[in-house]
Parts: sequence; structure tokens; C-alpha cells
Amino acid sequence: MKTFQLKTLVAAAAALLATASAWADVNIGVTLSLTGPASGLGIPVGNQFKLWPATIAGEKVNLIILDDASDPGKGVSNARRFVTEDKVDMVFGGSITTVSAAVAPVAAEAKTTQISIAPVGLPPEQDRWVFRLPQGFSVMAHPIVEHMKKAGIKTVGFLGYTDAYGESWLKEFTNQAGAAGIKVVAAERFARSDTSVTPQALKLVSANPDAMLVVASGSGAAMPHKAIIERGFKGKVYQTHAAATPDLVRIGGKDVEGSYVVSGPAVVAGQLPDSHPSKAAAVDFVSKYEAAYGKGSVSQFAGHAYDARIVLEKVLPVALKKAKPGTPEFRAALRDAVEGMGRTIFSHGVMNWTATDHWGYTNETGVMLKVSGGQFVVEK
Amino acid sequence: MDATIAGILAVDGLTNGAVYALLALATVLVFAVTRVIFIPQGEFVAFGALTLALLQAGKVPGTVWFLLVLAAAVALGDLWHGWRQRHPPARLLAGTVRTLAWPVLVSAVAFWAAPRGMPLLAQAALTVALVTPFGTLIYRLAYESLADASVLVLLIVSVGVHFALVGLGLYFFGAEGFRNPSFWDQRFNIGALALTGQALIIFIASLVLIVALWLFFERSLAGKALRATAVNRLGARLMGISSSSAGRLSFTMAAFIGALSGLLIGPTTTVFYDSGFLIGLKGFVAAVFAGLSSYPLALVGALGVGLLESFGSFWASAYKEVIVFSTILPVLLWRSLRDPHSEEH
Repeated sequence: MKTFQLKTLVAAAAALLATASAWADVNIGVTLSLTGPASGLGIPVGNQFKLWPATIAGEKVNLIILDDASDPGKGVSNARRFVTEDKVDMVFGGSITTVSAAVAPVAAEAKTTQISIAPVGLPPEQDRWVFRLPQGFSVMAHPIVEHMKKAGIKTVGFLGYTDAYGESWLKEFTNQAGAAGIKVVAAERFARSDTSVTPQALKLVSANPDAMLVVASGSGAAMPHKAIIERGFKGKVYQTHAAATPDLVRIGGKDVEGSYVVSGPAVVAGQLPDSHPSKAAAVDFVSKYEAAYGKGSVSQFAGHAYDARIVLEKVLPVALKKAKPGTPEFRAALRDAVEGMGRTIFSHGVMNWTATDHWGYTNETGVMLKVSGGQFVVEK
Repeated sequence: MDATIAGILAVDGLTNGAVYALLALATVLVFAVTRVIFIPQGEFVAFGALTLALLQAGKVPGTVWFLLVLAAAVALGDLWHGWRQRHPPARLLAGTVRTLAWPVLVSAVAFWAAPRGMPLLAQAALTVALVTPFGTLIYRLAYESLADASVLVLLIVSVGVHFALVGLGLYFFGAEGFRNPSFWDQRFNIGALALTGQALIIFIASLVLIVALWLFFERSLAGKALRATAVNRLGARLMGISSSSAGRLSFTMAAFIGALSGLLIGPTTTVFYDSGFLIGLKGFVAAVFAGLSSYPLALVGALGVGLLESFGSFWASAYKEVIVFSTILPVLLWRSLRDPHSEEH
């Protein structure tokens, strides 16, 4: 009986000590899709979080990484745990749009900053607490429109996914192209699992535009591209940043040769011209990630976790001056610090979050690539 | 739209329609014999295309592991059942060997052949040999013990099997899509129309398979047994036709047709682990057109779906699927007005 009591005492003391130390530390909740259909995106992000240092800006940072299994419901329960049990100062995640959208109301209710690793559109009252790490469509459409302007292109045919990705691109591209005097003369849709896009390609080619814009992702971007070429289209073909993966060339082969792909800077770090502001950060990210996980393992998603650390390095000192970690004041100070962070160099581009813009990337971000000899080459 | 465009659209629609026709025939066959509305029919298409793609890449396809796991599950189930029925050990052993022999043999060949880069046709044959046994195994695992359940229960099981197969497909093949090389790269120009060798192969293969199926049902004993089961299960049983072996045979044929369709469609589009569902569903629309009973009507329906899809994509690509799947409504109305019959439970 006696020993038992002693044990409880020791345990209680240890628990007390643990809480005491946790008080001084900064706690960060991270919800990622490490399993389930979207795990291909979530796992590299998790890998990069594992490379984080134990202290940032002289403060011990505890990362609490939970798996949401690509399920928004699980993401919400992770977020609830973060804000009620762990009393985190900030939430990172989710790594897919649906989870991010589900976490946002929880974060807003607990007045905790959420840094989303997926692009997500939200109502204003939730948007106040959410900042996004991936590039938005407008920032990626900018280099394409600029490139078209330089090439003297006046008319464009659009072939995109019949989903939110395709629609957002069509809207953004039509606006920016219109301002530059470029007209979208035909817009056709397709789905990734379609057995044939020949009819759409026929209609687009018969509209005879100067260039085509294909909006699709990964290996799904090759099929529409091939169909356009098969129908005898001779003009320039542009692809979006979701297509900037080796799968485009693997499936597209010689048909995608000579086409243009817009991309964030992180995936082509080594090739960036020295004038690109993100060169140093992108090279640092890629070399460290590949040193840990092997050559060729790098993906753009891991870069977002790298950029998340840059955010913390910048905002923690500012917020620490105002309040102690673990308090509501500290959480509010963090949000204000992120919003007022100013122009910051990320591995993925140049970020400038403001009170009115929580997407934030500036137009210096995007890079045009050209498929040449089966490789992506930066177009200067 | 001028005649050239209409011609190209028609060729494109008929090419896809020929593949839908094969799937529609398989759907009708499985339903007629076992009363299972086999939603996962399309999954065999994806498995076939992806298996060939991985063999082409010189890798051992995930299908091999999937097949071995399924075969082991079926063998274990049989052993458990036999043990509870106190079957003699020799009989248990014989049953297990019968279940495992083919999958293990084909898997061994796949392991041996994968890194050696065999000719395309040999790899295609190996693919069909790998995917075809899935039919029986899935039937024995999911449906056999429920053979007398209602159509609705069997449909619900089908939905479950579909989700299981798609999930496992993601695990075994990965999220990225593949496109296979063409079996025949020739192009034929008839005026402004260009016909690819692959499209020609699709037409010929579909036609050959349809004729072979017709011969099978008209001329062979096994085919007649299937037809007898389709007409009247109890009657066929009384005549000594085992309804469970009829079920296994029909599922094997469905898997074979699915794998073949996968080989045919693989070079014309990028196939993903989940592509099969929509392809299979279009075959199903065609099968519904045939009232899930008539093979010639299923063929007509499938070609119609292909044409509708192709012309629909041209006129209003954003609403293509809506157009294709909405046609099922007037078809259902027409069918229920034409031959009204009471609900079967």
C-alpha cells in the first residue's frame, strides 16, 4: 500500500512538471492526410515536418502530428482535440481542401490561426483565421498570360476538368487574358476517367485558336494534350501547375514535347535563374529533403511544410513580445503577426499576406517551364 | 458541323461503344445466370489495363499479390467450412489444391516473366490469365453463400465489392494513371477520316468475342447449362446442373471479358485505378436498355451510348455524363410500359 502511494506521488509530480514545461513551449497541431486516397500528398508533407528543428527562434516547439485519413470528419475531431486538450497556439493543415474547409470553423471558433496546406475558399468570418500556403490560381495564371502576350497570341482554346479546379482556372484565366486582350474562343470540359476526348479536341481545333490551355492534373493532363495534337493542332499548348509532374512526360511522350507548363519555383529549384527571389530557399529545401529521403524524392507538397517553418521563424519573436504561449492573447498576437508579416521569401515563391488577401503570393512567384527532350526546362 | 466532323465523332463513338458492348454483355450474362447486378464489372477493365502497363514497365504487377491474397482467403474459407462439416482431410487438401493451383501457377509465371520484357502479345495473354481467375474468386468469396438471397441483397453486396476493389486497386496500383502502347500503330485514311489500327482491333475483337459467345451458348454443353440456369434455376438444378458452378463459370467469363476490354481500351486513354467504374456503368446503362436479358439489344444499346457520348461531348462537353446517364430514365419508362411485371424479391 505504502509503495503504491509513493508511485502515485511520483507520477503526479512528474505530470505537474510536464505541464509546467508545456506551459513555456509553443504547441503546434498538425493534421495531415497520411493515409487514405490523398496520402500521396500528405506523406511528403509529414516527412518535411519530421525535419523541423526542436527549437524555432529560441523557443521549444512541440509538433503534434495527427493523421486525418483524408476524411474531413476525422480532421474536425483532430482539430477539436488540438484546441481543447492540447491548447495549441496554431494549427497547420489539412493537406487536402476538404479537410482544410472542415477544420476552418473549429479554428475560427477557438480563435486559433490555421495555416492551410491546401487551397481552400472560405466565408469571410472564417477566412480571418486562415492563411494558405499553396499558390492560388491568379498567381499561376499570371505567367501564362504574360508568356502568351509576349508570343503574340490573340485567341485561346480552353480544355479543362469539369470540376472546381477546371472552373476556377477558366474564371481566373478568362479575366486576366481578357485584360491583356487575349480571347478565350472555345471552352470544353472533360473528366479524368473519360475514355475519349476526341469530340472536345475536334471542336477546339475547328475553332482554330492560336494556343490551347489544358487544365488537368498529373497523369490526367496527358490524354487531352495527346488528343489535341492527334487532331492536328500546330499552335502552342499550355499546361497548369498541377500538370508539372514527370507523369505528364511519361504518358504524353513526344506529343507533349515543346509545350509550356507553369509551375511554382520549388520543384525546379536547381534550374531557377539567379534573378528569381526564391532560388536560395528552394535550393536549400530540396537539398535538405533529398539528403534525408533520397535523390528524386522531393515533391512540391513537402515544400509547404518547409515554408511553414519560415512563417514561424518570422512570427514567433513578434508574438512572444506581446504574450505567453498557451494564452488566448498569444494566439491573437500570432494571427496579427502572420497578417502583418510583410514580403517574405518562401521556397514556393514570394509571400505577402495582408488583411485583405490571405492567399498572398505575389506575381514574382510563377515560373514558365518548357518540355524539351522529355525534361522540364525553365523558360527564360 | 459538317460530314467530316460527324464521321470522326461516329467512329470515336462506335469505338467506345464496342467496348461498352462487351461490358454490357458481361453484365447481362452475370445477371441472367446469378441475378447479381455486377457493378464491379468495370474494375476488371482497370485491372487488365494496369496489369499490362506494369508488365510493360518490367515490374511485377500488384494484381499478382491481390490474386494470391484472394485465393488464400477463398482456400481458408473452404477449409473452415469443410472442417465444420467434418470432411475427410484428403478431400480438404484436394479442394485447397484446386483453389490455389491456377493462381499460384500464373503468379509464378508473372514473377518469372515480368523482368524479362516479353513481347506485347505474350504480356497481354499473361494479363488475361492473371485477371480472369478474379471472377470465380470474387464470386466464391462474396456471392456463393448468398446465392438464394434477393436481388436487392445481391445488389448491396455488389456495391460493397465495388468499393473494396477500388480501394484495393489504389493500394496495389497507386494513384497515377497509365497508358499502354498500341497493339497496332497503323493509320488508315479514308477521305478525311482517319481510322487507327487500335480502333480496328477493338471492332474486330468485339465482333469475334460476340460471335464466340453466341457459339458458346448455342453449341456447347456448358453454354446450354448456363442458359438453362438463366431460364429457371430450380428446374436446371433438378436436371442436374449445379447452380453454383454455373455462377462460377459466368463470373469467370465476366472477368475474362473485363480483362480483354481493359487491354482494348488501355492504348486509347489513360487508365487510373478507379477508371473502371464509369466505363462499367456505361456498359450497365446499355444492359438496362436490354432489360438485363437480351444480348442483341445490349449491343445496340452500347453502340447507342457510345454515339450519344461522343456527340454529347462535342455539343456540350460540360454536360456529357448528364446526357448519357439521363437517357436511362426514358429507357426505364419505356421498358416498364412495354413489359410490366411484378417486383421480384
